[in-house]
Amino acid sequence: MVTKKKVKHIAKLARLGLTEKEIEKFRKELSSILDYFEQLKQLDVTKVEPCSHPFFLENVMREDEAKQEPTDRVDKLIEAAPERKGRYVKVKSIL
Amino acid sequence: MNLTIKQAHQGLIKKEFSALELAKDYLKKIKKIDKEISAFLTVLQKSALSQAKQIDAMIAQGQKIPVLAGIPLAVKDNILVEGERCTTGSKILQNYVAPYDATVVRKLKEQQAVILGKTNMDEFALGSSCGSAAAVAADMAVYALGSDTGGSIRLPAHLGYARPQRCSVFGRAEGVAGRPACFCGVVGLKPTYGAVSRYGLMAMASSLDQIGPITKSVEDAKIVFDVIKGKDEMDSTSVEFKNQESRIKNQELRVGIPKEYFIEGIDKEVEGVIKNAIKKFEELGAKTIEISLPYTKYALACYYLIMPAEVSANLARYDGIRFGYFVNKSDALLDVYLQSREQGFGEEVRRRIMLGTYVLSTGYYEAYYLKAQKVRTLIKQDFAKAFEKVDVILTPVSPTPAVSVNLAGLPAISIPAGPVRDKVSNGAGIQLIGKPFEESVILAAGQVFEKSQNSAAT
Repeated sequence: MVTKKKVKHIAKLARLGLTEKEIEKFRKELSSILDYFEQLKQLDVTKVEPCSHPFFLENVMREDEAKQEPTDRVDKLIEAAPERKGRYVKVKSIL
Repeated sequence: MNLTIKQAHQGLIKKEFSALELAKDYLKKIKKIDKEISAFLTVLQKSALSQAKQIDAMIAQGQKIPVLAGIPLAVKDNILVEGERCTTGSKILQNYVAPYDATVVRKLKEQQAVILGKTNMDEFALGSSCGSAAAVAADMAVYALGSDTGGSIRLPAHLGYARPQRCSVFGRAEGVAGRPACFCGVVGLKPTYGAVSRYGLMAMASSLDQIGPITKSVEDAKIVFDVIKGKDEMDSTSVEFKNQESRIKNQELRVGIPKEYFIEGIDKEVEGVIKNAIKKFEELGAKTIEISLPYTKYALACYYLIMPAEVSANLARYDGIRFGYFVNKSDALLDVYLQSREQGFGEEVRRRIMLGTYVLSTGYYEAYYLKAQKVRTLIKQDFAKAFEKVDVILTPVSPTPAVSVNLAGLPAISIPAGPVRDKVSNGAGIQLIGKPFEESVILAAGQVFEKSQNSAAT
């Protein structure tokens, strides 16, 4: 059973604002979705390796060098930020 | 109209029509009928017409043009086209302009493809490529690109008619009605994980997502796949593989029929269509073999743990700071995050973020997420074992076989196979699943099946 407190905690971890009404709604929904996963408890998987990707992946390395991007592309990336100052992305003060 | 890529290409090089006429025809059709269907979110009239003119100039000069040159296509709105709006169907990116081309788009542009517009979808692809499938089904594009995380290319392509204007309703939890290629009577190909670069695809669930074509024929799916496949240095999960011609002749093809997909709740008419398809393969000389995928019944639970977990991680980047919707009501950084994400994300997106965060959180990770990853190994092994005895696996196009394919990373194609009288569809499809990187086998088998369908119809 998922409690309201738990829902608030998860929402905070997810950086997701929720209204009081939604907290209650998600509490009910999460509880019933989690019930659905109970069926997996029947399976004994102690000896099974977890699979994070369908196929074996190797790390791909490259030299740690700055790659020169065209300036107009860099400009476009900066322009996507809602708040800017010159060529900087503006963030609320955190101190 | 209603041309395949092959037919449109022939028409262009034989000068039956110009690329400009073709593009104009399609744009006119979109204008005329898309009010009802809402397949497109953005129509790129200007760039489509200027691209078409360039192809006509090439043809006039007697240059040889690539098969996709001048052929109008639609691109799902979670795939970046430089300089154009890309919303992924979400308020949080309603004004986002793509700063670069996705690799698949760059490859298509190199072939001088004509992009007509960006297609409708469920927010963050949580439902289906319904706009892309509907655009092709209603002939508002010759073909389209979609993305497939748990069946969203293959499913809408198989139904008779996807209704993107109701995407947000249909798409809920990938409910039956929101699914793309199989619901539209068109062909949908989900390539092997890693076969096509995901660079420039807005990530939903990174270990499941793949870009693939939605087309009017299996041959067309092959044409598009051959252009977009291959290793890309911008996607470290992409791999190079030799596109060997199919190693199998139809007489030798061993088709596996998983018994687990033919129980509980399968629609009688759909079952009839599938049984006919099995018979057809036998008539064509293939050998059908009953196989078992014992962990099938756990596939949906496994998928609905892994997918939201990856969604919650991927969507963490939408913070209102670097791009996207931004609520500026407070001086506290945390409030900017909370409010931008509260208002920017729709209900289904938030539900999945909550679920995903829950199953990844301390104390629950092992019981849910890690468990699902282990079940995923079992599902993968099911297929590996089955593929020791068969070359392809034939299934209905429904949620369980669809998500199983994504969990195992396998290539799969959905092909229309016959009419059914259903409330949401007027056709059912079959899905052919192949071994990893054996797109050539399922495409070859699919082509033979499709040909036999067409000759039966005439």
